[in-house]
Amino acid sequence: MTQKQKIALAPWVFTIGFFVLWELGCRAFSVSSFVLPTPSSVANAMWEYRTQLSFHSFHTLWMTLAGFGIAVVFGLALGLLLGSSRIVHAGTYPLLVGFNAIPKVAVVPILVIWFGVGWMPAVLTAFMISFFPIVVNVATGLATIEPETEDVLKALGASKLDIMIKVGLPRSMPYFFGSLKVAITLAYVGSVIAEYNASKYGIGNLMARASADFNVPLLFASLIALAILGVAMYAITAWIEKRMTGWAQRSGFAAN
Amino acid sequence: MSNAFVRLEHVQHVYGGEGGVLAVEDLSIAVKEGEFAAVVGPSGCGKSTLMKLATGLQFPRAGTVTVDGAEVTRSVKIAGMAFQNPVMLPWRTTLDNVLLPLEIVEPHRSRLRREKAAYTEKAEALLAQVGLKGFGSRYPWQLSGGMQQRASLCRALIHEPRLLMLDEPFGALDAFTREELWCVIRDLHAAKKFTVILVTHDLREAVFLADRVFCMSSRPGRIVAEREVNLARPRDLDITYSPEFAEIVHELRGHIREARGVH
Repeated sequence: MTQKQKIALAPWVFTIGFFVLWELGCRAFSVSSFVLPTPSSVANAMWEYRTQLSFHSFHTLWMTLAGFGIAVVFGLALGLLLGSSRIVHAGTYPLLVGFNAIPKVAVVPILVIWFGVGWMPAVLTAFMISFFPIVVNVATGLATIEPETEDVLKALGASKLDIMIKVGLPRSMPYFFGSLKVAITLAYVGSVIAEYNASKYGIGNLMARASADFNVPLLFASLIALAILGVAMYAITAWIEKRMTGWAQRSGFAAN
Repeated sequence: MSNAFVRLEHVQHVYGGEGGVLAVEDLSIAVKEGEFAAVVGPSGCGKSTLMKLATGLQFPRAGTVTVDGAEVTRSVKIAGMAFQNPVMLPWRTTLDNVLLPLEIVEPHRSRLRREKAAYTEKAEALLAQVGLKGFGSRYPWQLSGGMQQRASLCRALIHEPRLLMLDEPFGALDAFTREELWCVIRDLHAAKKFTVILVTHDLREAVFLADRVFCMSSRPGRIVAEREVNLARPRDLDITYSPEFAEIVHELRGHIREARGVH
């Protein structure tokens, strides 16, 4: 088997191995399914509740993507602003960091007071939790333009906007796409927190009900469904990243 | 000299506000149109500052800078620049990197879209001239350092600037590639007759390429000597082994040694 084939196979082997170990561990120590259900019973629960699970998963997916979409637009715009103006950067950073440090679960009740129970709190929580890494990364990408590149363009009479479009934007793209991979997984956390507390739909809501019923296998089935969604969205962003910024991923260090 | 194309008069420049580093002081230099001028000096003497002042990237604390008869109050727009580091944009192909100035400088900027084919052809021709024929579609990071530097020269020249500023452009290259590129720049200058200011610490490079060599003192930099190089053009690389050539290099070395304060 070549190195390349081994690498392609590795994620499957490790993932299956993880579940096999889990199953064996549960059986060997006869752990109660109330404490930690075996993967097989979780799989059973997934099959049993497949209609509910897929319905709520889709709902969560929509909430997450909506919040993530807003975060991308807002994060990119704010990042560009921060990266291009030192004053705005210095002025808004404490605010941004402070805002990011607030646990978003504490904000959900406020959102419910403002917008009521429904899709708004979920979308907004997903947005709030995921825009910060985008802002920081885009701003970093812009702030680290080589001064010589800037000089080449300035000596031609390029405006600040020219430099931003010709150099700043493309240069910050690898940072931007890198941050999307972090942001998309965070967005799931956000929407599920909000659904858990303030929604009639979504995986978060399903989990809240499952835990009230002490339906531990369903609880775990929901977690697995979330994990699968997260991995899928991560893979899609990673693929887009590779397509858009292949020029930045030419290091042999990352390729092997 | 009233017919100077680039003229700095009693220029003083300080980096970093009050009490900052005095980079150049009482710096005066005059370069005629079409002339190939070289500026040599010990490292850290403010050679790069001179480049930035002459292109309007920095403005002097005192004194005046005039280019093409007008005082420089903003970036000059008629300059092409190349640095020691080729600073190619890695997301653009070599050809697109070369075309970059045309996306900024008028009148090309508004014509570029319509006359893309003609401009592309021009860029290809320029690439061929520096020995990069067929490399336009490669990305800069797929090229060697010397090839990137050639492409960077093309980018500096594509918009037919009247002033070419070279800041140690061959500094990071091996000796053979450097001499090859000397000939490339020599031929380009002979063909297009633009004005060149070359900043370098290589005395042989300065003497081989330039019509006039200026020696700068150590910081704060000013001109301590000016030497006309009247070796006949076109110059061949063999000239670098001739006694006249060695004599000029030797003389300049003396000035540099004085400038560094080492005897």
